[in-house]
Amino acid sequence: MFGKLGLDDIPYHEPILVVTAIVMMLGGLAIVGLLTYFKKWKWLWTEWITSIDHKKLGIMYFLVALVMLLRGFSDAIMMRTQQAMAAGGAEGYLPPEHYDQIFTAHGVIMIFFVAMPMVIGLMNLVVPLQIGARDVAFPFMNNLSFWLFVAGVALTMISLLIGEYGKTGWLAYAPLSGIQYSPGVGVDYWIWGLQISGIGTTLTGINFFVTILKMRTKGMTMFRMPIFTWTSLCANILIIASFPILTATIALLTLDRYLGTHFFTNDMGGNMMMYVNLIWAWGHPEVYILILPAFGVFSEVIATFAKKRLFGYNTMVWATACITILSFLVWLHHFFTMGAGANVNAFFGIATMIIAIPTGVKIFNWLFTMYRGRLQFTSPVLWTLGFIITFTIGGMTGVMLAVPGANFVLHNSLFVIAHFHNVIIGGVVFGMLAGLTYWFPKAFGFTLDEKWGKRSFWFWITGFYLAFMPLYILSFMGAVRRMQSYANADWQPLMIVAWVGAVLILCGIACTVIQFIVSIRNREKYADITGDPWDARTLEWSTSSPAPFYNFAHLPNVGSVDAFWEAKKEKGMAADKPTQYEDIHMPKNTAAGPIIGLISIVFGFALVWHIWWLAGVGAVGMFVAFMFRVFNDDIDYYVPAAEVERIEREHHKRLEMQA
Amino acid sequence: MTTQTVNQHDAHAHDEHEHHDAGAMKVFGFWVYLMSDLVIFGSLFATYAVLMQGTAGGPSGADIFELPLILVSTFLLLFSSFTYGMAVLAMHADRVAQVKGWLVITFLLGAGFIGLEIYEFHHLIAEGFGPDRSAFLSSFFTLVGTHGLHVTFGLIWMLVMIVQLFTKGLNDKTRPRIMCLSLFWHFLDIVWICVFTFVYLMGVL
Repeated sequence: MFGKLGLDDIPYHEPILVVTAIVMMLGGLAIVGLLTYFKKWKWLWTEWITSIDHKKLGIMYFLVALVMLLRGFSDAIMMRTQQAMAAGGAEGYLPPEHYDQIFTAHGVIMIFFVAMPMVIGLMNLVVPLQIGARDVAFPFMNNLSFWLFVAGVALTMISLLIGEYGKTGWLAYAPLSGIQYSPGVGVDYWIWGLQISGIGTTLTGINFFVTILKMRTKGMTMFRMPIFTWTSLCANILIIASFPILTATIALLTLDRYLGTHFFTNDMGGNMMMYVNLIWAWGHPEVYILILPAFGVFSEVIATFAKKRLFGYNTMVWATACITILSFLVWLHHFFTMGAGANVNAFFGIATMIIAIPTGVKIFNWLFTMYRGRLQFTSPVLWTLGFIITFTIGGMTGVMLAVPGANFVLHNSLFVIAHFHNVIIGGVVFGMLAGLTYWFPKAFGFTLDEKWGKRSFWFWITGFYLAFMPLYILSFMGAVRRMQSYANADWQPLMIVAWVGAVLILCGIACTVIQFIVSIRNREKYADITGDPWDARTLEWSTSSPAPFYNFAHLPNVGSVDAFWEAKKEKGMAADKPTQYEDIHMPKNTAAGPIIGLISIVFGFALVWHIWWLAGVGAVGMFVAFMFRVFNDDIDYYVPAAEVERIEREHHKRLEMQA
Repeated sequence: MTTQTVNQHDAHAHDEHEHHDAGAMKVFGFWVYLMSDLVIFGSLFATYAVLMQGTAGGPSGADIFELPLILVSTFLLLFSSFTYGMAVLAMHADRVAQVKGWLVITFLLGAGFIGLEIYEFHHLIAEGFGPDRSAFLSSFFTLVGTHGLHVTFGLIWMLVMIVQLFTKGLNDKTRPRIMCLSLFWHFLDIVWICVFTFVYLMGVL
């Protein structure tokens, strides 16, 4: 009846998990209570859960990502605490079995459920506005993608309370992740969580690829697109080309675990290195899916606050395109020690180093954009400056790792950990926090508090250096990754320094939370009336803040890069009042997305625990929900011109009052 | 968004201004999806190529493939592509009855293909050559089975389209769907030609 699931699978004997469970349940109850008390359920359903508005989906992606950042960071600080304690024979406070789950969950959550939704959330919020579109190409699919992603998050969180999570590391290398060495359900949670959210990501990739290619406004040729849109386009190409490899790889691992096949097993002709090759053929493009949009954010931020056109727009585009292609040619550098031979390793080593060239082009473009500009030191600019320095260091340690000879020494050491946190925190996290601050007014209609934003930056950057520079040193002393405890007591002082760094990062996260509270309380003071609080350059700033649900009353006409900036310079004002309005064609909200997402949680959970009948019910349920959508033709409507006029009039009235 | 507006102004698919051709965009999006699906098949073909030698003392392709049977199923699928093409031609000529007829014929041919595949798989498993026998058989069953699963989804989709032709007829919602299914069906044909060539023919050689 319940497959492998029994009462023993609820970890009530582990105090840390019990406390976590209680906190999570109390939090959940508090939210449910508040929603009921303020009678907000209907509002939540009609305005958010069923919404196909790309801006609201973007906000929801970011919201989930920030919540998951807290979870992923709790894992991080638990690991740092453990390693600060468990030296020279001491065992610390986390047993190996628990510690292994934590480093697995930390990696999975930070990449899939924090970095990815931040990147995709920002694309949702910004790309249609930047290209002068009213929505994405497939609005229903956009909503569905989000809820499939949430299903992945939910399955991963459920593993905390029912059963266990993988103890394999975030990429679940076979044969360790095979049924022989991981008989528990941990890897199954990993499998279904990633499989379901990964399909959502593929759909997002297709959606935004078509949106950017087909829905640009009049006059916006490819080489007039804002850089963030360009980097998003390339990231989506990478999603379309690489995520299916992840889908296939996870499916093969699933067959190994569920049907006893021999893809990645030790015996019967299986080939475990096949797994490592496949997973990195997806995994390396994946890191560029994360970093390219961050590059886009920095480009927008630096051009806006230096009050200059971005230096080398064309080279920026071509550098992005080069990185997109090269990202598929370097996967083997993650396992030079496989033994593919000197020639193969040399090829992949050199291909990896070549990526430093287009990246260097970008760094110089940002520097030259600032050069002789009137740089305003706002918090997005601080994140950008912090990024340029930190990412350059991370890039250089990456080139060091790309030397196969050196890699044989550094492989699997803390050097690798320090390197990729160097580029992911310094690149992706700083980029997303910069993007959050930069586009926040477009989403909510008021800017974020600068003082707390800057405090957050200084805590993050000092915390980062304190937490990760010691790891480079430790790696030369012989420290490897994923240690629950270590014998060499000489490592402990540096481990404690790293722990202090993690605490500082915690302060940085706390500053961001305070920043939200302070900004919301002062939202009148920080209100963005004009829709263009930074005197910026691209189309999203030409509409009001928050943008109306139809984005633009009239689709803008674009004659150059930074067309909005040019228009402002020519006419001296951002918004000219049109005299006539037209009906606007818009898609309707849909319940199919959240319902399919919800059923997919049940479906995934049933498969994790081998509850076959429930999995069958789930599969049929998803199909039926989808059919309801397919047979429903009532999916769009027209916003009447009078309604558009009323909304636009209000905006213009506010503008005049301010003037 | 204002819910009120939604309820008051239901208006579907009348004229279009400043609004993109939704049908064409769907077909283009479906092309992009097919390219991503192709990457899945590419990964499975690569896996098959790597694991082909991993027979673990069990049979190799030459020992178990029955080419005459495969040839029959290949022709069923190729011919179903032709009949689907006829359905699309009938759609362009606005002949709903003919579209339904050709879709039914296509469905039957596709179902025949799946029937033969199930027979082949059942036969192999009964002889002890199931997917758990060796890495070669794992990758063979997965590659061919993934294609078969796609064809099965195509068949379900085709049933849905036949129902929609009865309930909705040909309109700007159903036309793009029939076009997308057409792309899907021909795509599966092309993948099958690769399976037939690389797995069966080269396996027997």
